[in-house]
Amino acid sequence: MRKLKNIFFVLIFSVIVLNSSNSAEKSPPFLETKWTFKGLFGKFDRASLQRGYQVYTEVCASCHSMKYLTYRNLAEKGGPEFSEAEAKAIAASFEVTDGPDSTGEMFVRPAKLSDKFVMPYANEQEAKAANGGAYPPDMSVLVKARKGGADYIYSLLLGYSEPPEGIELDDGVYYNKYMYGNKIKMPAPLSDDLIEYTDGTKATAEQMSKDVTNFLMWSAEPHLEQRHKTGFRVIAYLIILTVLVYFTMKKIWSRVESKV
Amino acid sequence: MSDHEYTPSSKFGKWFNDRLPLLTLANHLTDYPTPKNLNYWWTFGGILTFCLITQIVTGLVLAMHYIAHADMAFSSVEHIMRDVNYGWLLRYVHANGASMFFLAVYIHIFRSLFYGSYKSPREIIWILGIIIYLLMMAAAFMGYVLPWGQMSFWGATVITNLFSAIPLVGESITTWLWGGYSVDNPTLTRFFTLHYLIPFLILGLVVLHIWALHVPGNNNPVGIDIKKPSKDTVPFHPYIVIKDAFALLMFCIVFALFVFYQPNILGHADNYIEADPLVTPAHIVPEWYLLPFYAILRSVPDKLMGVVAMLSAILILAALPWLDTSKVRSAVFRPLFRQFYWILVADVLILGYVGAMPAEGLYLLIARVATAYYFAHFLIILPVLGWKEKTTPLPLSITEPVLGGSPNLAAARSDEKIEKTIK
Repeated sequence: MRKLKNIFFVLIFSVIVLNSSNSAEKSPPFLETKWTFKGLFGKFDRASLQRGYQVYTEVCASCHSMKYLTYRNLAEKGGPEFSEAEAKAIAASFEVTDGPDSTGEMFVRPAKLSDKFVMPYANEQEAKAANGGAYPPDMSVLVKARKGGADYIYSLLLGYSEPPEGIELDDGVYYNKYMYGNKIKMPAPLSDDLIEYTDGTKATAEQMSKDVTNFLMWSAEPHLEQRHKTGFRVIAYLIILTVLVYFTMKKIWSRVESKV
Repeated sequence: MSDHEYTPSSKFGKWFNDRLPLLTLANHLTDYPTPKNLNYWWTFGGILTFCLITQIVTGLVLAMHYIAHADMAFSSVEHIMRDVNYGWLLRYVHANGASMFFLAVYIHIFRSLFYGSYKSPREIIWILGIIIYLLMMAAAFMGYVLPWGQMSFWGATVITNLFSAIPLVGESITTWLWGGYSVDNPTLTRFFTLHYLIPFLILGLVVLHIWALHVPGNNNPVGIDIKKPSKDTVPFHPYIVIKDAFALLMFCIVFALFVFYQPNILGHADNYIEADPLVTPAHIVPEWYLLPFYAILRSVPDKLMGVVAMLSAILILAALPWLDTSKVRSAVFRPLFRQFYWILVADVLILGYVGAMPAEGLYLLIARVATAYYFAHFLIILPVLGWKEKTTPLPLSITEPVLGGSPNLAAARSDEKIEKTIK
């Protein structure tokens, strides 16, 4: 019996090892960085989210949409937490087409807090045409849509290099060691001092990658902080209740000689 | 149903109960004599009821916000995640709840397999259980389609395409299922309707499942028939209620860890990409709980035979009460069966693993061997084992001393002790 169980565990263990070594062959391990949103009490780094938004809007937004985000989100709790005035100012810097008005005409007005993030292209076809046939994916839930999540995105942003010998790249295709198949149509988007952070932080490629990944993590999981907070309370409550119920059960079952 | 007559104490209670014997039913449920040696593997029935109710309640609220339309489904799910109050909680509970439901049902099924709960006189309970399990798979599969992500769309395409393997009418059946010539909006709306319907069918079957259980009463780890009520039993309330509650709370802690800290780990990243009929994902894989059957499906080179094998793998379970020829229920007294039982558990886990891997090379070979073994277990090993196996002597009752050096009662409790008693 015990022997059989041992065989059983060895089997499971070997399967796990086999699996991990297998996946290690395909792509290098992700670059390591410390995320504040991980762990039992994980929270976003507010300043990093604000810088991340700056990176998004000054760099990524020229190709990538974020169609599920609304300007009001920028001022909401658990996010970058811009002040309402700041969020309004951000929104007002974009233009949206609204209407029809009372005369039946469409008109252009500055965006409001209740508007969705303005898209860089009118439609998917236009986006493809402008990007060599590749569609820049919407970034609202991008972190959750990629295996490896934030670590993957962060690594990808910093994973550009010259292709190893023997690999031929077509025009408009770049080498990235973290990309599936190593070929990517997006040129390296970030380089040192590409933008100037409003809070004075030095804009290294690592810093920008980290900030924008933080921002993307928040956009994919806007209620992450609340989830962690609620989760801790729920689990603490459940554990206390379980202990109480355990002793109640012991007491009740003490009336019969059977053990529980 | 109950052995003794029940009379409500109040006059109104008696008047009401004579017309609709709800109080008699309540009395039956509280007094229901339950074997007192049930271990924690028996708590999963209650846990499963909890899972079903949780899915129905969260599902109802989600349905108020979800839009079953190919152009809007994905964004309505994002709307739930972002703008609906506690929408993220509802959705994560519902999505992880499906996984928890299957986790519990697999433990429930394998408990039944170990202790021979499917044997006479409990065949109907078992078969009802298999039907519930089938419906659960249907509900889960259709539920996975609703967010209209890449895995939703392509999973639906792969599974519905299986029907096209049916000779002559296959193509027409597939078209009929789709409501068109590919998976599209009509497919989504009908899946939504059925996904809403099936849980209530399951609920009805669960009532029958419990009703059928209450006729012979629970099996127990020793697997012998016991007198009810007797020294071997305890009333359901409070003994089993409190024990089930304790086990349920432990289960809920695991559930909560998933919901609050790893809500997406059991899902597939591709399902956060909106469905695109023009882009096929690199690997199309179903949810983890369907993987063993997916492995069986792909291990057969012929499409039709693959579908037949997959369906047989489930339906063969319905014949189990007659395939297992042993008169002894519990594996505790069946030393050989116990070994084969654990091999089967390993076999199913291996099938699940290769189901997640590409169907090629070594993986395919492993899948084929494991599939063959799965069927051999039910069609060859179990029938033969019933005739050949020398079982150890059974005790006469759960509490009373046993005749002639047979295993002590604690044997039914832990494997450590089983080993000692066998040696």
